[in-house]
Amino acid sequence: MSDARDQILATIRRARGGNGDAAFHAVAEQRLQLKARGTIPKRVDRGPAALVDLFVEQALTLSATVDRVASPDAVPAAVAEYLARENLPATLRAAPSPEIEAIPWRDRPALTVTFGRSDGHDEVGLTPAFAAVAETGTLMLRSGPDHPTTLNFLPDTHVVVLRASRIVGPYEEGWAMLRAAGAMPRAVNFVSGPSRTADIEQTIQLGAHGPRRLHIVLIEDGDAR
Amino acid sequence: MEATSRSFKDNARHALVDPDLQQALARMKAGFVVNRAAAVARLPEFDKLRDEARAIKDHTLEHLDFYLERFERQVTAAGGHVHWCRTADEARQAILAICRSVDAKTVTKGKSMIGEEIAINDYLEANGITAVETDLGEYIIQLRHEPPSHIIAPAIHVTKKQVADSFYATHRTLDAGRKLDEPRALVDEARAMLRQSYLDADVGITGANFLIAETGSTVIVTNEGNGDLTQTLPKIHIVTASLEKIVPTLEDASTILRVLARSATGQEFSAYTTFSTGPRRAGDLDGPGEFHVVLLDNGRSALLGTELQDILRCIRCGACMNHCPVYGAVGGHAYGWVYPGPMGAVLTPTLIGVEEASDLPNASTFCGRCEEVCPMRIPLPKLMRHYRERAFDRGLMPPLPRLALALWAFLAKRPLFYRWTVGLGVRLLALAGSRRGRFRRLPFAGGWTRHRDMPAPQGKTFQQRWDEAGGAR
Repeated sequence: MSDARDQILATIRRARGGNGDAAFHAVAEQRLQLKARGTIPKRVDRGPAALVDLFVEQALTLSATVDRVASPDAVPAAVAEYLARENLPATLRAAPSPEIEAIPWRDRPALTVTFGRSDGHDEVGLTPAFAAVAETGTLMLRSGPDHPTTLNFLPDTHVVVLRASRIVGPYEEGWAMLRAAGAMPRAVNFVSGPSRTADIEQTIQLGAHGPRRLHIVLIEDGDAR
Repeated sequence: MEATSRSFKDNARHALVDPDLQQALARMKAGFVVNRAAAVARLPEFDKLRDEARAIKDHTLEHLDFYLERFERQVTAAGGHVHWCRTADEARQAILAICRSVDAKTVTKGKSMIGEEIAINDYLEANGITAVETDLGEYIIQLRHEPPSHIIAPAIHVTKKQVADSFYATHRTLDAGRKLDEPRALVDEARAMLRQSYLDADVGITGANFLIAETGSTVIVTNEGNGDLTQTLPKIHIVTASLEKIVPTLEDASTILRVLARSATGQEFSAYTTFSTGPRRAGDLDGPGEFHVVLLDNGRSALLGTELQDILRCIRCGACMNHCPVYGAVGGHAYGWVYPGPMGAVLTPTLIGVEEASDLPNASTFCGRCEEVCPMRIPLPKLMRHYRERAFDRGLMPPLPRLALALWAFLAKRPLFYRWTVGLGVRLLALAGSRRGRFRRLPFAGGWTRHRDMPAPQGKTFQQRWDEAGGAR
């Protein structure tokens, strides 16, 4: 296929004419370095506490549910109550991340929590969120050994533990945080509400192939950046 | 797929009298059009973002070779592979070779217009590999052995009753007594059927809404979550993408994403936007073991530097067809190939030849709504006009309209003679139509008057009245 590669690139260069010199490429190289942002919607132009409120408001319009708790210690009770309320089994398949493992799950002995990827037989998956974007109520999930991607999509119910201090205004702030955290992970999943489809007569149905429910447990850690 | 764009007029005639289709098209107008308008109204920066989105793509196309090479380098650095393909056939062969390398029996597919363009399903089936579409709309039309009729809502022409019939006919485990008369029941039935396919598949094929040069990432934008299951569970993930999908940075993708979903479904952001970079990493508990990008040209690079380059900005949102009166009347199948509506009327002659598709650029009233709503500000009417001219130059127009145009051109180039002839014609028509004030039938315009009356002129031409009213005073 190297023939194909050469020929495609040659066609592109020919179409452009003479502008293939180093100075011309420097313009593009510089753009990659600068990572300039476009217009950021004014709606995210507000303080940290107001951004948290905006995130919650937006997530709710996307048919997600949000539970605000004061600290990680309050998460087991909040999750147990949510599962009971929704008539779901008290069994969680959770991401093996330090943040999730550090939650005092033993405070709720009735909750069974196992850690690892999903094989498709788990009713409820629980993951952390790398960040969240207030602009559209969107969660930003980062794959890795501590966050298997299958947990985001296979279980019927996806519970996400999000720290308020990880809520940013626009997507671009999320990218900045991700770059600061290291190399691009295999998958970055932006999740806005539960799975949905309108493929049958344009009527919106939740739970097409991914989760039917998206529940966000928001820890108000007050650790505003 | 076999193109039937040559028989556009026949296709359209059938579409106009298809009651199911007409009902579906009416629903589309009430849904997409209204929802887009509401989403745009909620974002005051929308038009500014459109300008920026256009500038991003124009810049990228100007430096396309640079960004494609950088993309390839980054994919390779992340442990993936890029396969450059000049033609649909090269892309099909590349995909088959990857599937054969793991002796694949079944392949799951996320929705991909490139998949349709290269007709990959038929090719895989012919080579003994089962391809299962997993997007609900694509799955429905696959069961019905139909092409998509809309680029983001492939089964928009299908009623729920027809979906139920397809499921009863093909789902062997489905009890014939079970009721499938509501969308909820249909979605659940498809969900249950497809769940096992994801887990069984050897290879997952998705499309890409964007390729990111900076990171070597591919991006899919979906609502159902099927694309993510398709690319996460099998051993191999193949991304099919045409080369103009590339943008420089994550920031550039973010800017365009702000106009994409709003223009498409009227959502602010789709449920799932996923950036994939290479295969499973050391320590990962899931994800594909191999990551391949099949990068397709198929005639696109030849558009660079020509009048048609603007169509390469298209991000496949579907807004142009949602707002098109012609698409709204005849639906997507009438266009006869993969891409319908105004963007299809430009892209189809580009990809399969103006000889095959000379009717499509004429399937427009030139009302300009497509250009008005296009998030990438593609001058679609201008590009359609380009193909009309090309079809005329190549003598693809039937003799009668050709003669009429030649006559009109003769007159238009002689202003005095034009005024005299038109003045005479208008007086004669006014005289002939004075009793009724309209014509039921006109010679040489039977097609037009079959569906409406022609109002009789009032005796004076526009130019005469213009002069009387003081003209350009």
